[in-house]
Amino acid sequence: MSDTKEPTLPQSSAAPGADLNRRDFLGQVTIGALGIAGLGSVAVTYQFFSPNVLFEPATQFRAGTPDLYPIHSVTYLQDQQVYIVRMPEGFYAVSAVCTHLGCVTQWKEEAQMIACPCHGSKFKPDGIKIEGPAPRPLPHFGISLTADGELLVDKLQGVKNTQALRV
Amino acid sequence: MATNIAALLETLRETKVWKSIFRRGPANSNRTRSIAVFGNLFLHWMPVKVREKALQVRASYYLGSISLFLFLVLLVTGILLMFYYHPAAPSAYRDMKDLQFVVSNGVFLRNLHRLAAHLMVFMVFAHMFHVFYRGGYKPPHEFNWVVGVVLLLVTLFLSYTGYLLPWDQLAFWAVTVGTNIISAMPVIGDKIKFLLLGGHIVGENALLRFYVLHVVILPLAAFVLIGIHFWRVQKDGGLTVKPKDSDGK
Repeated sequence: MSDTKEPTLPQSSAAPGADLNRRDFLGQVTIGALGIAGLGSVAVTYQFFSPNVLFEPATQFRAGTPDLYPIHSVTYLQDQQVYIVRMPEGFYAVSAVCTHLGCVTQWKEEAQMIACPCHGSKFKPDGIKIEGPAPRPLPHFGISLTADGELLVDKLQGVKNTQALRV
Repeated sequence: MATNIAALLETLRETKVWKSIFRRGPANSNRTRSIAVFGNLFLHWMPVKVREKALQVRASYYLGSISLFLFLVLLVTGILLMFYYHPAAPSAYRDMKDLQFVVSNGVFLRNLHRLAAHLMVFMVFAHMFHVFYRGGYKPPHEFNWVVGVVLLLVTLFLSYTGYLLPWDQLAFWAVTVGTNIISAMPVIGDKIKFLLLGGHIVGENALLRFYVLHVVILPLAAFVLIGIHFWRVQKDGGLTVKPKDSDGK
């Protein structure tokens, strides 16, 4: 019966690697060294392909003084791809990039909705999804006032869509 | 006249230059023909003997050959287009327009490249369907079927990377949408998108990366894989032969 067979124990009497001759040892060292060098090359190639400096639009920007935006208005800032939305409760900074596949949406004044030209997603001015393939509402960015009274939007800071800036 | 040419050939065969290049006599027996195939860089990896059935011409036989022909057309027209195209943001679109309206025969070359690319995608798919429905993926052709699938993917990536190069609105949004699809991949999606674009948006880095992929890396991959693909067709005993066909029909 194979299941009653004693498991073969490692030969503890011999020193580890005693049966390794010089040729095998050097062979294993070579393979190990080549392996380490190979992994290192993959790592440095990965680093090489990840740019350290990007010439992309700034993620933090000033959007002028609050009185530029009338109440119940949606203003599209083209360079930053952000809507500055002013409602009676305050200011929102809503991303203009569709959450479906990254197309830039448009504010339709007459229909009072944000619409995506690529695949027909529709959103309310506060970014809530009305319909379409978009899986999520448009994200809101952090918006604050600078010391000299200008709006400051930070695209790296996501905030809840109920959080408005009161001015 | 014919005897003159034969005599001329005979004289040429006697010259030192001819002998230094070919190092063999005329290929007029099975043995000398084998030596001719073995001694030629472009033929030595082909089998010395091929079954006659493998070379029979059928209507669908051409789908793979047409794909290869279109690849060669794309290679030639693509290299010619490279002489006028700068893969940088301010000039890429202008160069494309220059090719259309300023460069002599530029619009012909550009459209030939574009149409051949569309056609190649269609032909590669048609070739794949034909091989699939004829059972060409069955032993001993499994490995070559896998090479073919990789070649299909390389063709699609070539198409996709070439699509960005005109640097117009269509190109920009197609690549924006395409790379967003990549970023939907769990865990590594955003990283792959970042590496592919060389940034977070479709910008100058993305244009240059797609250009290098389009003109160097992917064509080289396609070239090597096409070589393996054609070699395996012969080594696996020629094109797919149905058992029904093999009994002397």
